Order: sequence, then structure tokens, then C-alpha cells
Amino acid sequence: MPSEELIADHVLEFPGGYTRTTGPVIGRFLTELRDGRIVGVRTAGGRTLVPPLEYDPDTGEAVTGEFAEVGPAGTVESWAWVSEPRKGHPLERPFAWALIRLDGADTALVHAVDAGDARAMRPGLRVRPRWRAERTGHITDIESFVPEVTRIVSPVRAEYRVKPGKSLARFLEGVERGIFLGCRCGSCGKVYVPYRLSCPECGVAITEEVELPDTGTITTFAINNLPDPRAPQVPFVSAYILLDGSDIPMIALVGDIPAHEVRQGMRVRAVWVPEEERTASMSNIRWFAPTGEPDAEL
Amino acid sequence: MGNRCAVIGVGQTHYTTKRRDVSIAGLVREAAVRALEDAGLTWKDIDAVVIGKAPDLFEGVMMPEAYLADALGAAGKPMMRVHTAGSVGGSTALVGASLIQGGVHDRVLVVAFEKQSESNATWALSTHLPFSASLVVGAGGYFAPHIREYMRRSGAPDHIGTLVAVKDRLNALKNPYAHLRIPQISREMVESTPMLWEPIRYLETCPSSDGACAMVLSSEKAVTGTPAWVLGTAMRSEPIFRAGRDTVNPQGGKDCAADVYRQAGIADPRRDIDVAEVYVPFSWYEPMWLENLGFAAEGEGWKLTESGATALDGDIPWNASGGVLSSNPIGASGLIRFAEAALQVRGMAGEHQVDGARRALGHAYGGGAQFFAMWMVGSDKP
Repeated sequence: MPSEELIADHVLEFPGGYTRTTGPVIGRFLTELRDGRIVGVRTAGGRTLVPPLEYDPDTGEAVTGEFAEVGPAGTVESWAWVSEPRKGHPLERPFAWALIRLDGADTALVHAVDAGDARAMRPGLRVRPRWRAERTGHITDIESFVPEVTRIVSPVRAEYRVKPGKSLARFLEGVERGIFLGCRCGSCGKVYVPYRLSCPECGVAITEEVELPDTGTITTFAINNLPDPRAPQVPFVSAYILLDGSDIPMIALVGDIPAHEVRQGMRVRAVWVPEEERTASMSNIRWFAPTGEPDAEL
Repeated sequence: MGNRCAVIGVGQTHYTTKRRDVSIAGLVREAAVRALEDAGLTWKDIDAVVIGKAPDLFEGVMMPEAYLADALGAAGKPMMRVHTAGSVGGSTALVGASLIQGGVHDRVLVVAFEKQSESNATWALSTHLPFSASLVVGAGGYFAPHIREYMRRSGAPDHIGTLVAVKDRLNALKNPYAHLRIPQISREMVESTPMLWEPIRYLETCPSSDGACAMVLSSEKAVTGTPAWVLGTAMRSEPIFRAGRDTVNPQGGKDCAADVYRQAGIADPRRDIDVAEVYVPFSWYEPMWLENLGFAAEGEGWKLTESGATALDGDIPWNASGGVLSSNPIGASGLIRFAEAALQVRGMAGEHQVDGARRALGHAYGGGAQFFAMWMVGSDKP
């Protein structure tokens, strides 16, 4: 038997934490942070370093004593996404470590960006600091950076009570009984379906009601490959169907036949739902199906 | 036709899938500022503003013209909105022109837009009210059966739609504002894309675009820079449900064309017009409108397309800009046709300029091919 492995937990932590003397440059930066401002320091060459350094890394010279407020907004230059944050990380949810160049700065600052989703991150993303309410003069006085507001969701919803109107109500009464109601214009003699109260050509009132058969001819059609809640499957055929005795086609589904076998001129008949399921609605007609008659001349 | 009217400024945004960097106001402003710059004018030189926009439900902003007045410098000026479905861009230009032709104003800013990325047009066009007795699925679902009927009547071979889809996208490569830019576009590529609403393939349809277009229209005495003279204007409409309506070759379109040709003195459109910008959102509408607009006899339009006559180097280039098939901010699409016609006769169309273009047709249609708006513009004062 191998002996049990010897394992022990150990913590190395300087009691109370180390103290650091900031020096005047870093001290100014942290003091401004505590007040909710971000400053950079100018180099002799005129660059603004954020976060400030005490000595110009380009020349080795001391930086000037001149400080400039930058940001608070900045632009993401590059980032690494942290999908599983660890204990010491600034956020408990996934976030990005990012190089952020604050407006007015010549160098980038490393900080966390709380973007919600890695897909929200991109070079050029504009971000702003989210400050802690209680600040102590530490880089974590900025809890994280967050993207600027560029888009809002604007819910629009209108609720209506809809009445079908006299003519459509009359038509739907017919549909409830399994009949297509149309009408004949007294002026031009054209037969319209659905039933309507005036002629769109002549502008006169229509008074003569006509009962039309539920058979007709497909004049033309589309094979739809995009799904629609009113169609049972994809592809589905929406067709212009000229009911026998009517002068205007209506648009309806065609079924009981593969989509690519539908033809212009094909003779069809309405397929009604069983009588006990009928309501005053077009859903009474499941679709139109081929009658098997020879095609009509168009 | 009233007093003389000219286009003296054209401004367009780049058309693209998503303009996330600007609001709707910022978008229309961008086009308007460019039109003013083109005309060498400022906001204070404008007397009135006319805005065109497709249905409010597209972006869900009700009466957007009220909110856009500030962005278009319209405070204290007459401002109105036009809406005639897909033809609205064209109607907007014509309403603006009528304010000049009627002697009401000297300079009118017309602008039209759509921000399709903030909505879904197919949803907005298919809201399915209760009790409805009709089944239509978006614009493609509506127009596909009429294209099928055109193919049956004319006997046009299947590949004609493909030719238009390729031709307009090749033109788009020469237009810096165009949305769809597909350098490797080919018949094989178009034919390899799926049927959405058969007989319409994916690449035979227009894209969904964000964008705005603007023009400055002027009376004769207020002209600045290079004018495109308005030679004729016409609008027609017809009821969508009317027994005997010809949905393939609508009477409204024929009447509208006849009216605008009469005003402009066009006897034979193919001979007398140098370039046409025609509303072709589905590729098959090129041969259909070639016939409707009198460029070819009935049943013969597809032969013109097949012969290459409508290509940029053909005898009657159609949609040198790439057309609606390449850029479709719906409300603006008609105005873009009218503006591109003006750019051509001003000689300012850049790489897609048709050499020596002196007379150009701008065309738009909308609804169930029931609203029509057209104008003729020319380089010579009428």
C-alpha cells in the first residue's frame, strides 16, 4: 500500500498588508482617483502618460510636474476575455481585461470592462468608468469600465379591439356555413369575392349578393420557403385562386399536393374543417386541394 | 407643368446593413448636409422641407417627421411628410418639385430614409389582422406570383432574373454608396442561392439597408452650381383589388410613363432616354418594367435584358448605380432613383457615369405595384 500523500494548506500574507509610499506622481494620480477624477502626467516631450509614471520610459528623464485630467471616457485598444473569473479578479461574472486609452491620454491603461458578452468587445469600443461609491485612493476605486450607451430597446405595443366591418362580417357568416359569399357590381357586372359593399372600379354601392362555389382555378402562385405561422410546413404554396364565377382571385394556401407539382391553371377545391369545428373565420378553410380535373386555360 | 424646377444638390449616406453609429435624425442629417454642400448652400437658404418615409411600423416611430424637423433645419419653415409605400421616395421628390413648379417656394429640401436595422419590414408588412381573408407573406411573397405569371406569359427563360441580379451588382461595384458589393458576383453564385419565394432566389432580392438620400430642388432664379432640369413629373395609383387589374403590367404604370414622356417630349423611350434608374427590388422586375415603361413591346422586355442593352455599356443602361437590388433603405429607395437620374445628367455620377447622359428617367413603385412616381430630368433647360 502506498502511503497517503502529505498535503497541507498554507497562506503567505504579510500582516495588515505592505505599506507603499507613492511618491508625488503616483500619489497625485491616486488622490485624484479618490475624488473621482483620472489624471495623467506630462512628459518633457509633451506626451500624457496614463496611468502616470515617475520617469519617462522613452528618455529616462523625470516627468514634468504637470498633470492633465483625461477621460473619463476612453477607447478599447485590445482585450482578453475572462470567461471564468478567479477569486482575485475585480468582477465575479465574465469580463474583459482591456487596454483602454482614455480620451486625452497617449498611453493605455489596463482595467476590467464589464461588457456582459465577449461579442460586445471590439477594438474601438467606447467605455466609461463605473466608480465605487466609497473611494480610498486605489486603482479599484474604478470598479470596472462599462460600454457607452449606443442603443436602447423601445417596446411598442398597441392593443386593439377589431371588428370585421359589415361586408367582411357578412362574408365570414358565409364561411361559417361553408359558403363563399361574393357580390356583383350593378354597373360593370364584375363579381367580387370576398363580399364587399362598393365597386373599386365604378365606385358605386353593390347590392347584389352572389353565392360562389368552393371550386376554382390557380392563376399563379409562390412557393414559400420561409416559415409562416399560418402555414403548416415549409415549403408552402400561396396561390391566387379564381373561384368559379368570380372576377377577382383570392390568395390562399394550396395543400394535399407536393409544392413543386402545383401548376398555373390547376383546378382546386376548398378543403373545409369538419362542420363542428367551424367558426366565422378563414381558418375554416384548411387549404385548396387539386380536384383532378384537367387544367383550365389561362 | 408650371415653373421650371432643377435639382441643384444631391446627398447620400453610404447604404449598409447597420448604421449603429447614428440615430435616425443623424442619418437624415448626414444626407441633407451633403445635399446642401453639393448645392453650396446652408440651412437658411432652404424655404421648406419635405420628408418621405415608408410605413411608421417599420421602425415604430410614429410621425417621425415631427421629431426630424430639428435635424433638417425645418424649425419655422413649412415641413410635411409624404407616404406612398415603396414609391414614397419618388413621390417625395415630386411633392417637393410641385412646390417649386407652383411658385410657392424657391428652394426645397427633400429627404427620405429608412433604418431597416431597427426593425423588420417583413414583420411590419405581415401583421395579420384578425378576420383577414388574405394570405400574403412579406413583399417577396406578394410579388413572386406576379413574376411567375410574367414568365408564363412572356415565355422568358429562367436565367433572365439571374442576369439582372449579376448586372446590377456589377454596377454597384462602381458606386461608392452602394450597400451590396460582391466583387466575385456571377450567374453561378446567384443560381447557387436558395429560393426564398420561388421563383425568387435570395440573390435576386434587394438587401435590407440603412440609409438616407436628400436633394435640394430649386426654382430657375435660385439655381446654384450644376442643375438637372426637371422635364416632367407624374404620379398614378390604382386599387390593389380590382377585377381585371393586370398585376404584371399595371395600367397605373403605363399611364404614369405616358404622362411623364408627353411632358418631356419622349417619343421612343429606348431611343430618347440615355439612362434610367428604375425601381427593381426583385431582379425579374427589370424585364417587367421594360415593358410597362415602353422600352420594349409586351412580352419582349426579357430580350432587351438578355441582349445586354440595359448593362452599363448597353444602349439604354438601367440602374447604373446598382439599383434597389444593391441598396434598399425602403423609404429612400425611390428618392435614390430620382437622385441618381439627376447625378447622371449633371455628369456627376462618378465611376458609374453614363457618358454624355442628357436625359434620364427616375422611377419608383410601391404597395402591390399600385403606386407609381416618375420624373424625367435633363441637362438642358426645357
